[in-house]
Amino acid sequence: MQTRLQEMKESALGQISQVTEAAQLQDLRVKYLGKKGELTELLRGMGGLSPEERPVVGQLVNEVREALEAAFSGKQKAFEEAALFAKLSSQTIDVTLPGRPVPAGTMHPLSRIIEEIEDIFIGLGFEVAEGPEVEMDHFNFEMLNLPKDHPARDMQDTFYVTEELLLRTQTSPVQARTMLKKEGKTPLKMICPGKVYRRDDDDATHSHQFTQIEGLVIDKKIGMSDLKGTLLTFARQMFGENQQIRLRPSFFPFTEPSVEVDLQCFNCGGHGCRVCKQTGWIEILGAGMVHPRVLEMAGYNPEEVSGFAFGMGVERIAMLKYAVEDIRHFYTNDVRFLRQFNRG
Amino acid sequence: MKVSYQWLSEYVDLSGTTPQELAEKLTRSGIEVDAVESRNAGVSGVVIGYVKERSKHPDADRLNVCVVDAGQGEDLQIVCGAANVDKGQKVLVALIGAKLPDGLNIKRSKLRGVESQGMICSAKELGLNDKLLAKDQQEGIMVLPADAEIGMDAISYLGLDDYVLELGLTPNRSDCLSMLGVAYEVAAILGKEVVFPQIELIENGGDNPIQVKIEATNESYQYHGRHFTNAKIATSPQWMKNRLMAAGIRPINNVVDVTNYVLLEYGQPLHAFDATQVVDRSIVVRLANEGEKLVTLDDQERTLDEQTLLIADQTKGLAIAGVMGGANSEITGETSEIILEAAWFTPKTVRRTARMLGMRTEGCVRWEKGVDQARVQEAGERAAALIQQLSGATVSKGISSAVVSEATPAVVSVTLAKINQHLGTDMAASEVSPIFERLQFPYEVAGEKWTVTVPTRRGDITLPEDLVEEVARLYGYDNIPTSLPSGSTTQGQLTKEQQLRRIIRHHLIGTGMNEAISYALVHPDRVEAVAGLHQEKVNPVALMMPMSEDHSVLRTSLIPSLLETVAYNKNRQNHDVAIFELGRVFLTKEETLTQLPEERLYVAGALTGQLLTQNWMGAKQPVDFFQTKGIVESLFARLGIQAAEYKAVQEIAGMHPGRTAEVWVGEKRLGYLGQVHPGTEKAYDLSETYVFQLNVATLIDVAAEVGHYNQLPKSPAVTRDLALVVDRSVAAGALEATIRKAAGELLESVTLFDVYMGERIAQDKKSMAFALVFRHAERTLQDEEIQQVTTAVVEALKNNTGAELRM
Repeated sequence: MQTRLQEMKESALGQISQVTEAAQLQDLRVKYLGKKGELTELLRGMGGLSPEERPVVGQLVNEVREALEAAFSGKQKAFEEAALFAKLSSQTIDVTLPGRPVPAGTMHPLSRIIEEIEDIFIGLGFEVAEGPEVEMDHFNFEMLNLPKDHPARDMQDTFYVTEELLLRTQTSPVQARTMLKKEGKTPLKMICPGKVYRRDDDDATHSHQFTQIEGLVIDKKIGMSDLKGTLLTFARQMFGENQQIRLRPSFFPFTEPSVEVDLQCFNCGGHGCRVCKQTGWIEILGAGMVHPRVLEMAGYNPEEVSGFAFGMGVERIAMLKYAVEDIRHFYTNDVRFLRQFNRG
Repeated sequence: MKVSYQWLSEYVDLSGTTPQELAEKLTRSGIEVDAVESRNAGVSGVVIGYVKERSKHPDADRLNVCVVDAGQGEDLQIVCGAANVDKGQKVLVALIGAKLPDGLNIKRSKLRGVESQGMICSAKELGLNDKLLAKDQQEGIMVLPADAEIGMDAISYLGLDDYVLELGLTPNRSDCLSMLGVAYEVAAILGKEVVFPQIELIENGGDNPIQVKIEATNESYQYHGRHFTNAKIATSPQWMKNRLMAAGIRPINNVVDVTNYVLLEYGQPLHAFDATQVVDRSIVVRLANEGEKLVTLDDQERTLDEQTLLIADQTKGLAIAGVMGGANSEITGETSEIILEAAWFTPKTVRRTARMLGMRTEGCVRWEKGVDQARVQEAGERAAALIQQLSGATVSKGISSAVVSEATPAVVSVTLAKINQHLGTDMAASEVSPIFERLQFPYEVAGEKWTVTVPTRRGDITLPEDLVEEVARLYGYDNIPTSLPSGSTTQGQLTKEQQLRRIIRHHLIGTGMNEAISYALVHPDRVEAVAGLHQEKVNPVALMMPMSEDHSVLRTSLIPSLLETVAYNKNRQNHDVAIFELGRVFLTKEETLTQLPEERLYVAGALTGQLLTQNWMGAKQPVDFFQTKGIVESLFARLGIQAAEYKAVQEIAGMHPGRTAEVWVGEKRLGYLGQVHPGTEKAYDLSETYVFQLNVATLIDVAAEVGHYNQLPKSPAVTRDLALVVDRSVAAGALEATIRKAAGELLESVTLFDVYMGERIAQDKKSMAFALVFRHAERTLQDEEIQQVTTAVVEALKNNTGAELRM
């Protein structure tokens, strides 16, 4: 009996391993494990065994059954996996085809620069102020120490709307307005980005409309060293942590002393190149200590408080940063230009 | 201002400082040097020669064969093509091996068989700016005066071994519009002294016959007249010509050149008259009569007004004060009796007249910025001495003067505390005093306070802060420390409105649009090509003096600018454009502005072609009304604007009457969207273009933030689809509104999921299918309840819109 069981096991396992189709496997299962299968038949013959033999043979039968079951299900699983693989293979796609496009717009380069600068100064405790683009002569010039007939008015040819109203030539009138609103209170820390207008013929480096960002700080005990430190902090955040700045004396009617601020050329790192005209420095800002008359007109006592102001051209920074050679690109809005400002 | 380095070195010792080093030092301490240029454009090997013989070339009519003594030991034979070359002339000879600015290297050569050992040069061939040459030197070879030294190097003769520093002066530093002013500045920087020119004048004539009277005492404060006889008008010596040319001024004759020379030296404009043309030698400084005419030196007849300051005799005008002389009293080759004017006119007067007449001479520039009143007479004496020296004139005794007032120097005080506080420095008093000394500012010091008497040449210094600046720039900005404001801290942040504007910008970028920025100034014909959002009647704000009609009025609507941009792109084969702009429009109800116009911030977009690039997955999807509306709806969703209503409108100028909707929230009109009117599209040469324009203030007004969240439902939802057949004219919005109203609280959402028009239903009908989702917050809905609600909905739809259920 034991011998027959062993033989049957050998034979069945051999057959299972040879099977190539699921149907054959099912037939074999019926042949060996079915109700009328060979194993069942053998069990029936157990009645003729002695009580001593029965448990031994019973255990053997179970072992054989388990071995066959395992072989059948192993084979079954292999068949299923093969079938699934065949099915999935038939679903193959070309993974090199382009993906379904998702809309992606771009921010105007001038807006990018403005937002970046705003965020830097917000981090330094500045508020962002705004004012009208059509201004009164009073705020655009007179409050900034530029009375009528002042020679410096030549520096900025103006679009007048009436004798008294004009398109602002600078964002400085916003400073004047903000100071008045403060009614002499300190501290005041603000920047004002905005569009300004000057009578210039549009060409590669001139535009009758352009963008400025100006800043103003008024408090007790503000000195030129604070201007230097603030602008150095700005320069390092905007242009890199190793940046250096350089101050050169200059003239603006609303500051005294006035300076031009040069940035170490970020194209050559200060060694001298075409961008910085071999000087290693790039002029980027005008700044100075707020003129006492400007403070006075705006309701501050220049004996008690002082302040600094600075201003920069957004187009100039964008042109330097992105190597844009023609300022008109910012206003003609060729989408091939705009679409390049899509990252970072 | 162009500054000759050599000339400057006469007033201040420049030894040990190269032109380039000087430029850098000037720039770092306040006078920006725009350029340093060598006067030598590339000349070498050119010397002065004497033409001993000239004969015709045997084989060429136009060529001359010259024998030239150029101090080379042997005479040179040179073939010359210039018509004006002649025996006995002193000329410039480029020797064999010479180099000229245009790259020419002179070699031994043969011209039509005759050997030529060099070249006789024109001024232009030596790189001299021919605009600055006398007329007779602009053509042919340059003929030099007889006293030119044979063999001398042309470079030193013509002053080409000099450098010119071009100063970019700020308006406050008009003191540096003169060589002496620059000398003061350089002396302060280098710690040197200023050396003034020696004035050697011999009064060798009779009494000065000139009478001077200032009638216009508000416009002129002083007038000095010098009188000369026996002047010989001739060309100036080469050294003077060289200096004038270095400064960019064309030499004319010895008298006029002297006035220009002293203009450059002292910054004092001067004028010389032919005295015989001045009736009674009597000069009046008066205002012109309205309409009075004067022919100026440039032969233009000028019509003057009552605010023009005139130099006149008893019968006629002689010169427009500070602007230009009259032709009637011009110095000519025959002039021998001269009146030299040294005067002071108010900057405002000269500036106004120069503007009115559209003239801007070297003199005007200096008058406008202010001439030093303290040196008027000194400058006049310097010029008189030079005129005597150069023209051999006899100088009459005495100066005829009229003086209304004299300049008083400003006295300004500053303390050490002020200086250190303003600069953030820690300077000692012993560091400050030397700075005032270097500037040659007389001062008194008491404790730590300086009281400075500011020389009148520095009219820009009137306040303590001005002195602080002088100290700062000579102390050096590099030496100022770096710090951050130390007062109480401030909270930096964007306002709510500024944040929302950024959200609008960033959201629209996320929908695939490119942000654009366009000009606010537009063409008047285009300003309302597509209407703005204002509903009241407004006027656009127009410029008084536009530069072109294209940019002459401020926009009242953003769409026309965006359409220009779309057209610009289309012309460059960019057919797919989706742009938006956040910008202001300018509105006023006034005919003539007396107040600031209202500025409103709008956001507008324009779309044409496809929003997504063409891809392999399907047919082209050109933008349409619904794509545009989808963008607007998504923006509203981002801003928390929920109850937007879209109303079809036909009357918006520039918009398609059948494809335009206004957007409202309650009583507030947010803006509009739709297709541009085909007529407008044609005017701009556009393909089908869709736009939207919204008032940002109104958007912000109705925007909402995320509040408390809604608890997630515990009970299941039930969906019912309704397919309705309605007349084509019935709006989807009307159906949806009816459904919402009739369905009541159990309705969670309603979604239109199909619209059909075609063969399977009647021609004037359309089918619209809605999915209705019902839910009760606490319990599962019963079939009967839903049936009841659905029936009510169908009934209401039938009554309100004539809708039938589609079978």
